[in-house]
Amino acid sequence: MSETMPLHQALGMTDDEYGTVCDLLSRPPTEAELAMYSVMWSEHCSYKSSRAFLGRFPTTAPWVVVGPGENAGVVDLGDGWLAALRIESHNHPSFVEPYQGAATGVGGILRDIFTMGARPIALWDQIRFGPLDDPHNRYLLEGVVAGVAGYGNAVGVPTVGGEVAFEECYAGNPLVNVMCLGIMREEQLVLGTAGTPGTIAILLGSSTGRDGIGGASVLASASFDAGSDTKRPTVQVGDPFEEKKLIEACLELYDRGLVVGVQDLGAAGLSCATSEPAARAGTGMDVNLDAVHVREAGMTAAELLMSESQERMMAFVHPSKVDEVLAVASKWEIDASVVGTVTAGDTLRISHNNQVVAELPAASLSEAAPILRRDSGEPFWLEDLWTNTLEYLQPPDITRCLLEILADPSIGDPSWVYEQYDHQLFLNTVVGPGDNGSLLRIKGTNKALAVSTDGNGRQCYLDPMRGGANLVYEAALNVAMLGAKPMAVVDNLNFGNPEKSEVMWQFIETVEGMSQACENLGIPVVGGNVSFYNETDEADIYPTPIVGVLGLADPAPRSVPRLNRAEAGMALWMFGPKNSRNLAGSSFEKIIKGHVGGRPTGADSTTGKAVIELAVALAQNELVPVMHDISDGGAAVTVSEICIASNVGAHLQYSSWIGLFAEAPHRIIAAVPPEHFTAVRRLAEDLGVPVSELGEFGGDRISFDNPVAGATSVSVDKAAEAWRGAIRSRMSH
Amino acid sequence: MNTAVVVFPGSNCEHDVVYALETLGGSADLVWHRDTDLSGYDSVVLPGGFAHGDYLRTGAIARFSPVMGEVNRLAAAGAPVLGICNGFQVLCEAGLLPGVLLQNRDLKFICRPIHLRVESTDSILTRAARVGDVLEIPLNSYEGNYTASADEIASIETGGYVPLRYSSSTGTVDTDSNPNGSTNNIAAVSKSNVAGIMPHPERAIEEILGSADGRVLLESFLQSRVAVNV
Repeated sequence: MSETMPLHQALGMTDDEYGTVCDLLSRPPTEAELAMYSVMWSEHCSYKSSRAFLGRFPTTAPWVVVGPGENAGVVDLGDGWLAALRIESHNHPSFVEPYQGAATGVGGILRDIFTMGARPIALWDQIRFGPLDDPHNRYLLEGVVAGVAGYGNAVGVPTVGGEVAFEECYAGNPLVNVMCLGIMREEQLVLGTAGTPGTIAILLGSSTGRDGIGGASVLASASFDAGSDTKRPTVQVGDPFEEKKLIEACLELYDRGLVVGVQDLGAAGLSCATSEPAARAGTGMDVNLDAVHVREAGMTAAELLMSESQERMMAFVHPSKVDEVLAVASKWEIDASVVGTVTAGDTLRISHNNQVVAELPAASLSEAAPILRRDSGEPFWLEDLWTNTLEYLQPPDITRCLLEILADPSIGDPSWVYEQYDHQLFLNTVVGPGDNGSLLRIKGTNKALAVSTDGNGRQCYLDPMRGGANLVYEAALNVAMLGAKPMAVVDNLNFGNPEKSEVMWQFIETVEGMSQACENLGIPVVGGNVSFYNETDEADIYPTPIVGVLGLADPAPRSVPRLNRAEAGMALWMFGPKNSRNLAGSSFEKIIKGHVGGRPTGADSTTGKAVIELAVALAQNELVPVMHDISDGGAAVTVSEICIASNVGAHLQYSSWIGLFAEAPHRIIAAVPPEHFTAVRRLAEDLGVPVSELGEFGGDRISFDNPVAGATSVSVDKAAEAWRGAIRSRMSH
Repeated sequence: MNTAVVVFPGSNCEHDVVYALETLGGSADLVWHRDTDLSGYDSVVLPGGFAHGDYLRTGAIARFSPVMGEVNRLAAAGAPVLGICNGFQVLCEAGLLPGVLLQNRDLKFICRPIHLRVESTDSILTRAARVGDVLEIPLNSYEGNYTASADEIASIETGGYVPLRYSSSTGTVDTDSNPNGSTNNIAAVSKSNVAGIMPHPERAIEEILGSADGRVLLESFLQSRVAVNV
């Protein structure tokens, strides 16, 4: 920061935005006010570049209790049960300081969930890095995984799934997205409202320090360059022990009905936790910063208002309940301070050292934030990219290519990652990491919740609208194969610099593709997050939306389809569109040919929906013990993963080798026991889903057979060895 | 009569332990670490988690929690006292069991099912099992590497205080089947009515979650309660 730079610029505000603040207040803002507007109007907090387009998402359904705009989405599971879900990114902090960046990402998303009244029951991590041959990327992977593990395990919330992928575009800007799911009884739902005038604001949890100041405005809302190391002090430091106590204390407050509203302190800290609840309640608030419990002396009002110190919550409490709330805090050994009173009117008045340092309309911090309609335009290079396809004159060595793909870190065994996470706590994890998705039972009921989180940056780079739609279908299908009906989506939209027209175009196209798929499937978007400025030295990441789809199995099947349940004698069938002949954007072209070009196959709304319905029906009726979708690596990899997990071979007939590696959507490989052939065929026919009878499971080799080319095969052991070493062998040096 | 499941700030497996004990026909209450009266309880479980954040050293602060006076009293009175994972670490720090638990050999958290071979049935964890049985139980720890001085190890081994060792799925006890570097593949230690185990038997009581092999261990614990008759 230059010494001569005006303060608003140093805080990341434009001159125009500064002018708007002056107009709003009819005077220049104080330093404290400027600090508040700068964080609340930052890209990270205000969604100013994306807000105009997020309205495209379908967000309503009869089962949506709370949609986007609150701390988390909430859906109705029936019989008095609610689920709360949300996803968040911590990309830039994790690049600057991988352990703490990832750890505080976990802490933040947990607070979004228990703010709503729900107990967080599971986490999913979606992480993307540059290639592992670069030691810096290994350092980032090691640090991020240790951070997720260090915080998640200690705070006592299992990490039950996710995805790890590697691509050159993430080398300067890794992605760390974490999704959290919580459950509660309907009477426990709490909103982020300040209540009525007279309500007391109590700050709970960690003391406030200078850590994390500028995290949202300086770190998350700007691009990276060679000086990014100097931003390390803007990364917060997490304390999972404090958060664990805070969770238990808050859940006790909800159980005993002691609060009227709760707001967590994340980005923008006290600025957000005072202004947003007041804005939602249509009230004002008097806040006394001298009452805030601090960890260092001499902090200015601006620092207190901007601090992103972790593990803090603001509870809004009826005056008659204050003593009880303080007693609960004392029992759980967390600090608590009475810091404010809700007032009539709409003025947020903040005092420090017995002087009023800020006096502004509470709602202006959130609702008056600028909405930008940035320029967007199709990238000039797109046509060239679409026509840049490979021609194949000779078929490749199928098994050699397969082994190479299985050994790729984006395809191979991710257990090096997930074995560092507690994925079993709470005894709900029926299907954990390493399968199609995760399935969590709700004890005491017949219900189970399925979640899949997915991303496909390469496809979205080639065609953001098709990629965005395919992504939603893929995650919904993963959930369906566990016997659950997809019911809600959360998304984390990771994009480059929105000041570039092609990045805005990618964003708008992606949102459109995702929206079309969600509408067709009848699953609303109940929450999400946008992360822009994922660029380093001008190079943008691939447009990388991450979606998390929640599904409900009610009742849960007694015997859930799993990858490891194939047995000799079962038939190997494929459900879904036949004769895929497109390798654009595929793992085959990326890994074997080092090529990224062409246009990926788009979704088919009729078949896409029907295949999902078929998967739910097959799982619910327990007709097939194994289902696995065809995605990264194509059918050859899908079949291999089943064979490796089940330790059984397979024999598969193919018509074109390209079909073995194509990644067109809406396709499932299944192991079908002979006694269910008729029932399975009839179900697929009723739903209009094509069935391909490709072969059978058995023996100890995976073999691919073609009438012209003949058969080629590889042993399951050899495939397993390649697959198991994909990440582990690269991380062992 | 009831089992007291102690909740330290930072414990996180307490609800799972109660669920497992109740599933197996026992009854259990959560007791806060500040409670100083455990009369009315005939047995104690210190569950897994991160008591007091594992700050300073695992179990090092928890041993000073007010409830530990009562845990010591019940242990001295012959009531079964079981520490699971973090609870094992607390029992070692409190001097109720010998040895310590260091960081895993590979300096990484390990969460995966491992195999345990039953070495002795003379413990509150294994009295209902058979020597040579191989059990599949989830391990979930960063500090699971059991270590003690050479003299202590010798007396633990000659005293028959090792009811369970890490093994292969066929019962072979060797370096390959040792997940975390524990001396002599020691997964559990038991001295009369006090036992500590690093893997989580409460996570293995239902086939739907992958294994029911933990039942025999917790059933042994519940049976010990009757046998001791506090």
